[in-house]
Amino acid sequence: MAAQRAKLVAQGIAIGLVALLFILLVWALVTEEGGDLAKRANDGELPPAPEFTLERLDQEGELTLSSLRGQGVVLNMWASWCIPCKEEAPYLEQVWREHRDRGLVVVGLDAKDFRRDARRFARRFDLTFPLVYDGPGDSIGEWGVTGFPETFVLDRRGRVVRAFVGDVTSDEDKRELRLAIDQALES
Amino acid sequence: MRFAVVLAAILLVCGTASAVSAQDPPRAADLEAELVCPVCETTLDQSNALIAERMKLYIRERIAAGDTEEEIKDALVAEFGPGVLATPSKSGFGLLAWLLPLVAVVGGAIVVALLVRAWSRGRAPGAEEEPLDPALERRVDEELARFER
Repeated sequence: MAAQRAKLVAQGIAIGLVALLFILLVWALVTEEGGDLAKRANDGELPPAPEFTLERLDQEGELTLSSLRGQGVVLNMWASWCIPCKEEAPYLEQVWREHRDRGLVVVGLDAKDFRRDARRFARRFDLTFPLVYDGPGDSIGEWGVTGFPETFVLDRRGRVVRAFVGDVTSDEDKRELRLAIDQALES
Repeated sequence: MRFAVVLAAILLVCGTASAVSAQDPPRAADLEAELVCPVCETTLDQSNALIAERMKLYIRERIAAGDTEEEIKDALVAEFGPGVLATPSKSGFGLLAWLLPLVAVVGGAIVVALLVRAWSRGRAPGAEEEPLDPALERRVDEELARFER
C-alpha cells in the first residue's frame, strides 16, 4: 500500500514537472515581445515604445527614454563594428541637425560593443546627438532587434510610428523616414 | 624510505610546475574558449563574427599589456555583462548555477532513497497479506487433495 502511494507521488511529481516546463515554454512564447514590434508599427498600430534607462556615451549620466516624451524621437540601434551603420551615420546626423528645432531628438543606442570603439565611431562621424550604451544588449530584445542597424521613429506620446530594419541610406528609405518624422511631430 | 624520497620529488616537481604556470601569461586560445561572442552566443574560438574578431584582438592586446586572465575577463564583463563568460562566476549570483545541480543531485538521491525504503517495507516478510476468497481456497484444497491421491 505504502509502495503504491510512493509510486503515485513520484508519478505525480514527474507529471507536475513536465506540466510546469510546458507552462513556462508557453509563457515565454506568449510574453516574447518585440519580435513583431517593427511589423506592428509599420502596420499603423502605434505600439508603445519599450522603456529603457541607459548610460550615456556622449556625456556623464543616464538617459531614460520616457524623459523625452513631448518630443519626437528617432532611435537608431547601432554598433561600431556594423558596416551599414557607417554608411548611415552621416545621414542621421543630418536629420538631427535639420529637425531638432522642430522638437525632434535623434538618439543612438550602441549595443554589443566596446565603449571605446563606440566613442571613436562618434568622433569619426562627428555625431552630436545623444548616444547611450548597452554593452550586453539587454534592452534591444524588447524592440525585436536582431541585427544592426535598426531605426524606430517615436511620436511625442512615446508610440512607435515607423520602424526601419536595416540601414536608411536609399532615397526611398530617406523619404519614408522624413514622412515618419512629420507624422511623429504632428502627434 | 625510497617511497618517501620519490613522493617528495614528485611533490617538488608539481609544486614548481604550478608556481611557474601561475606566473605564465594567459593564453589567448584558452580565453577565447572561455568567453562568449555577444552576437552569435558561441565561444569566441568558434565565432568569426565581427565583434568576436574585435574581442579576440582586445584579448591579445591585453595579454601583451601584461593583464592577468582575471583582469581581462573582468574588463570584458564590464563591457558586455556577465553573459560574456562561458561558465558562470563562482561568486555572487553565478554561484547558484554551480550549487543548484549539486542540490538537485542530492535531492534526487534522497527521493530515490525514500522510495526504495518505502517499496522495500511494502514487501517485508510478515507483511499482512490479503485473505483468499473462501470459495477459491476450498477449491484449491480440493484440487490439492485430488492431486495427492
